[in-house]
Amino acid sequence: MNFAVLQFPASNCDQDAVHVLKDVLGHSARLLWHKETALGGADAVVVPGGFSYGDYLRTGAIARFSPVMQAVQQFAANGGPVLGICNGFQILCEAGLLPGALIRNRSLQFRCEHIYLKTMTRNSPFTNKIDGGKLLRVPIAHGEGCYFADPDTIGRLKANDQILWQYVDAKGALTEMANPNGSVENIAGICNEARNVAGLMPHPERASESLLGSADGRAIFESLVNWMEQKQTAKAA
Amino acid sequence: MKAKIIITPKKAVLDPQGKTVQNALEHMGYSGIQAVHVGKYLEVELAGGDKEALRRQMDEACHKFLSNPVIEDYKLEVE
Repeated sequence: MNFAVLQFPASNCDQDAVHVLKDVLGHSARLLWHKETALGGADAVVVPGGFSYGDYLRTGAIARFSPVMQAVQQFAANGGPVLGICNGFQILCEAGLLPGALIRNRSLQFRCEHIYLKTMTRNSPFTNKIDGGKLLRVPIAHGEGCYFADPDTIGRLKANDQILWQYVDAKGALTEMANPNGSVENIAGICNEARNVAGLMPHPERASESLLGSADGRAIFESLVNWMEQKQTAKAA
Repeated sequence: MKAKIIITPKKAVLDPQGKTVQNALEHMGYSGIQAVHVGKYLEVELAGGDKEALRRQMDEACHKFLSNPVIEDYKLEVE
């Protein structure tokens, strides 16, 4: 598979994403500078973490107007899979590709720690290979990861099964204590209604090798690869 | 000419900054404070021209870019 990993000024998880896709999973992955206007035949796009454009104005607010994001809008509208991680999630919300917004953590603290994620549905390109019931232990590192959306939007997310991951404790219980940032409904990641665009605040690319303390994040990338392979097989048949 | 834009968090949105500033003010002994909302202020210097057209243009920019309508409200003045 060919992955395009976007690179904005002050992206800082771009190399980690390329490393996982290329060196760990054995796919082709290349960085795409924010001034590019085409995705160069990529099968999937990863919008990585960092502090694009210095987080000026609002997180993701400036990145969403970059040339490369116009190409991503088009790619997503045609059904292409797009995964936003951390700042990437913030950018996708600002771009209107995902509903809601990420605001300052309730505690005002920058939270940098491992958390547990419960996968709420396997019905998505990003979760289909995750063992049912398995909690994912992955790190977070953000100051503005509190997911907010109005009650109508939250209702629609639930009705359409768009909540992909929620923060839980080590036993899988959805508690207030397990919520690191004050997100509505402990939401850590969602997808759009068409299910081809997803975003999450935690960093699966920092937890895809056991050497790093956890390889749980790998299942998210493996799900995406599996989904794309199935789609290609279906197309060829 | 100048556009003056005040952006504030929507009432329904959690505003931990405002709450923390409020707590600090109370600790310092300031009484009677009911709530604090922390937002931002932008001043845009304009070359001049038709005031109404400029206002419409800045209003569009506020809606599209300078504020996020999901979480923020804004007030715009052109003078």
